Amino acid sequence: MQKMGKQKNKTASFSFWNWVIASIIFRLILIYFPKNLNLASRPEVSTPLTSFRRLAEGYWLKQLSMSPYAGSMYHGSPLLLSLLGPLTVKRIEGQPNHLLYSLVSVIADVVSAILIRATGKNLRLAYLRSLESLDIVKQTKASGEFFKILSPGDAAALIYLWNPFTIVACVGLSTSPIENMAVILCLYGACSRLVPLAAFGWVIATHLSLYPAILIIPVIFLLGCGPDAPPRKLFLQKNDKEEVLNKSKLPLGFSWRPITHFAFWALLWSAYVLVLCGISLKQFGGLWEMFKSTYGFILTVEDLSPNIGVLWYFFAEVFDFFRNFFLIVFHVNILFMIMPLAIRLNHRPCFLAFVYIAIFSMLKSYPSVGDSALYLGLLGWFVNELADIQFSFFLFCGYVGVSLLSPVMHTLWIWRGTGNANFYFATAMVYACLQIILVVEGVSAMLNHDRKLRNLTTSKPQDAKS
Amino acid sequence: MTLLQRPVLVLLLLVTHHLLQCWIAFGSVDEEGQKQEEFNEELLLKPLPDRTVLAHFHFQSSAPPSTSNGRHHHLFPKAISQLVQKFRVKEMELSFTQGRWNYERWGGFDPIASSNAKPPGVELWAVFDVPQHQVDASWKNLTHALSGLFCASINFLESTSTYSAPEWSFPPSSGNLRYGTLPREAVCTENLTPWLKLLPCRDKAGLAVLLDRPSIYRGFYHSQRLHLTSTGSGSKGTDSGIILNQALTVVLQPIQPNGQRASMDHASEKHIQPSWSLSSIFGKQVRGRCVLAKSSKVYLQLDRGLVAELKRIHKENEKSVANGLTSENFWSYPSFELSANPDRIVVEENSLHSKSSSILYNFQVEKYSESEPLDLGLTWKIPVVWLCQSAPLHSSRYLMGSGNERGAIAISLKSTQLREGFMGAFADNERCELRVDVFQVVPWYVKVYFHSLQVFIDQQPKAVSDVIEKIHVSPSKDKVSPGMMEMVLKLPCRVKSAALTIEFDKGFLHIDEYPPDANQGFDIPSAIISFPNFHASMFFLEDGSVNKSPLLSKFQEKSPVMSYTEVLLVPLTTPDFSMPYNVITITCTVFALYFGSLLNVLRRRIAEEERFLKDKATKKTGQLPLLLSKLSAKLRGRPWEPPHSPPSSSFFISSKLVFKVILVAGLAVSWQYYFS
Repeated sequence: MQKMGKQKNKTASFSFWNWVIASIIFRLILIYFPKNLNLASRPEVSTPLTSFRRLAEGYWLKQLSMSPYAGSMYHGSPLLLSLLGPLTVKRIEGQPNHLLYSLVSVIADVVSAILIRATGKNLRLAYLRSLESLDIVKQTKASGEFFKILSPGDAAALIYLWNPFTIVACVGLSTSPIENMAVILCLYGACSRLVPLAAFGWVIATHLSLYPAILIIPVIFLLGCGPDAPPRKLFLQKNDKEEVLNKSKLPLGFSWRPITHFAFWALLWSAYVLVLCGISLKQFGGLWEMFKSTYGFILTVEDLSPNIGVLWYFFAEVFDFFRNFFLIVFHVNILFMIMPLAIRLNHRPCFLAFVYIAIFSMLKSYPSVGDSALYLGLLGWFVNELADIQFSFFLFCGYVGVSLLSPVMHTLWIWRGTGNANFYFATAMVYACLQIILVVEGVSAMLNHDRKLRNLTTSKPQDAKS
Repeated sequence: MTLLQRPVLVLLLLVTHHLLQCWIAFGSVDEEGQKQEEFNEELLLKPLPDRTVLAHFHFQSSAPPSTSNGRHHHLFPKAISQLVQKFRVKEMELSFTQGRWNYERWGGFDPIASSNAKPPGVELWAVFDVPQHQVDASWKNLTHALSGLFCASINFLESTSTYSAPEWSFPPSSGNLRYGTLPREAVCTENLTPWLKLLPCRDKAGLAVLLDRPSIYRGFYHSQRLHLTSTGSGSKGTDSGIILNQALTVVLQPIQPNGQRASMDHASEKHIQPSWSLSSIFGKQVRGRCVLAKSSKVYLQLDRGLVAELKRIHKENEKSVANGLTSENFWSYPSFELSANPDRIVVEENSLHSKSSSILYNFQVEKYSESEPLDLGLTWKIPVVWLCQSAPLHSSRYLMGSGNERGAIAISLKSTQLREGFMGAFADNERCELRVDVFQVVPWYVKVYFHSLQVFIDQQPKAVSDVIEKIHVSPSKDKVSPGMMEMVLKLPCRVKSAALTIEFDKGFLHIDEYPPDANQGFDIPSAIISFPNFHASMFFLEDGSVNKSPLLSKFQEKSPVMSYTEVLLVPLTTPDFSMPYNVITITCTVFALYFGSLLNVLRRRIAEEERFLKDKATKKTGQLPLLLSKLSAKLRGRPWEPPHSPPSSSFFISSKLVFKVILVAGLAVSWQYYFS
């Protein structure tokens, strides 16, 4: 039986690498299309923060020894400018214009996928271990309804690689593959207890797009109590009932050591990043200028060009004297949910991270499909837990429908002039609603899964009695 | 008694009036020889090749640098001198223009076309004599003052997103220069009247009488300018000399008298230029000078091209008819006829760039009076076709791309056929280069990607660094400052055409930022193309003249040839203006949906969990309710019983309710008390 499983695993992993290579080839084919299929200027792909053209403009300004933040074109990190900037102008004869830059995005995607796979494996091991310690493996196997143990790592990695959103963001030369890679690096490091790596990922992700800062909570839980497991209460209950102190089966308690390590490394890395930024911006107004035109730009929603979010149209229409109020309300909406989610899902830090990522990619000021690609990929980690999520078919159809309709409405409004802004805004609203349903149903499915596990553990003695 | 008094009174009035007039006209001369306020009025008329007539009024008032008059002036407009003193304006130019100067037909090389042709709408630039950090504040105040003075919305130039500070491409290069335009400003008589008020005789006497509103606003092009230079050196603004030049340029179409039109039926007569006179184009005649003016002259200028053409015809005629006409008495030339005899004929000193020279007929207005008005007219006898001298490269600008998301601006420079002539001097040099300066301001909602700048020479793409010698950009900041681009191009002399393209994204504005007619589009102000190698200047030698006429000395100034491109109209996407409430409510609903449903999922408990929690709650109750229940028990005078027995728990809940109600009522009472 075990042998067979191993063989199966082998074939699965083999086919996994096939699929990875196929996805790379698919990307390269798309890259060789002329003008990147015009994806680089699509509003779904390039927001003011991730746009390739703005990066090139920032690099051009810097080459002219002007501040890259002069004017309101570039709002990214100065480090990105010095790393990726030269690639925006480098051209190879006979090859597409931005081949090197596209290759960097492809590599970032593949690295993210590999890290997702590794983290997924980690999660699966932890899941199996916890099931064993609860002695419900057989039951779940017997019932067989939700325990076919798909390898969640492979699933998540392939979802990430083959998600049209990821492909579009990669081919469309946006910087979101790199931002996503930083987030995944952080989660991977926290899951495999590589504290410096986790701190590095967290600092870089925060530096690049601010919102991943709230991932510090799941990272602390991950470092403190290890990866996802059923609620700790359950183990205690079980131990109470069996009245056998089986210490080895008990999950670890909260330990502060890795967290202090993490804080130390995070401080170190952020000091390092700030020093690097300071050096590269020394003659252009320094760090304050950078914070103003990156974080300030994110928080004040200055650019009202359409994107797949809802805030652009809201702030284009809202009365000026309410503007600050609503800015606060919308950003606090992200923060308000942090505590309740952290309290309820503290035993599942990876899922908590997924929910946070989904929430901020829905409510962030300049969302792009690259952000959605990240949380849709991470969704693959929880295929087993979320097996009985509600409305999954409806959600799938919704995503497909919105991603087809939204470009159509955009064309009608911007290019043809026959539709108006409300058409496009309507698709953005629908998209926001879909994401809300996904988050809410995901959370409720996860809570139901925990209930189910508890039922199984609590009902077992009764079953034995009867 | 009264009969006797009246003539005396009239006599007295007359005498004082005359005295006053004399004093005003010459009084300042009497005081000190060199310090005097002057006013000169001049009018230049010029037939243009496309059957129109250019009339260029030029009024110059100057105030000497003197403190002797205190704050009073004889002739100089007080409003302007106060403006200069208050805001320490070193140099300033304000122009109101309607219509577009046609560089192809009306020429682009002479001083009028180069320095008097202005972009449509309002253009204002000023150089201040204040420290760098005060320039913006002075500019703001100046725009408001001018806005009040000229009844125009110049105050819109106050916001930082409308003006820019060119560094070197705009001709009066200086650090304290500010430049702003309002391309859409409608110019009309309400702007002309205050402008005329600055003249000492207004439009009641002198040449300004000709400015009949209906006729000048009927023309193809109308531009009124106000240019002032203060030459004061003093740190105190009071003792600065100010020269105020007011110029009004109109291009008018002479009205053909009906009888003449009937006679011009046959096709060959179509090429004959229309005959015109002052009364036919303005509907008025000059009835004497403005008494306060030092000089009052009318010029008729024949263009270089026209003179060359006339000479050619003249030579042809000479073969048949041998009459010894020299260029000096052109006015009696048989191809046209002037209705008044010119006082002097001046021929332009041969300039560097052209073979022929233009001719100026000079008329002194002093000689004409009410009874004998000057009605200068020109009657053509034979058809003449000529071309005005144009700038080395004809520049035009247009938009590329479709849709409301992005586009590109292209500036194209085409060589003109006249250029070969004056390029001859440089042609032997192989490394001959033509320098072109480009100055372009774009509003912030046109987000230009400067890295996408491309240069095409003769339709071939060229590396930017090969062509652009010097570039200075200041990128636009959203809602703060416009984007500005200054470039120096070095083009090979034999270039046929050159083009610059630059891409931009169209911005999206807040609904309050759209003008009332948002779907009309937004204007991108004209770009300025100047050719520093070429100078538009004309030298007219005035033999024996007492002093140089201000207009002619203005013509002599060596200023680079400049041309303005077209104003571009960019349509921007509009949101739905009727939607704010809907958008706010719908978006907030979605947010509420998110918040509510997620919170609901997080706090929802299924049945057995409820039971479990209830058990827990009964096991341990909080400290405060325990105390409260004890307290209530004491108040009710009953022995306290633990709350977990069912009957008492219900009673306890009701007592809690009562307590809550009392608490709320107390709060309300105290609130009421506090606020009343």
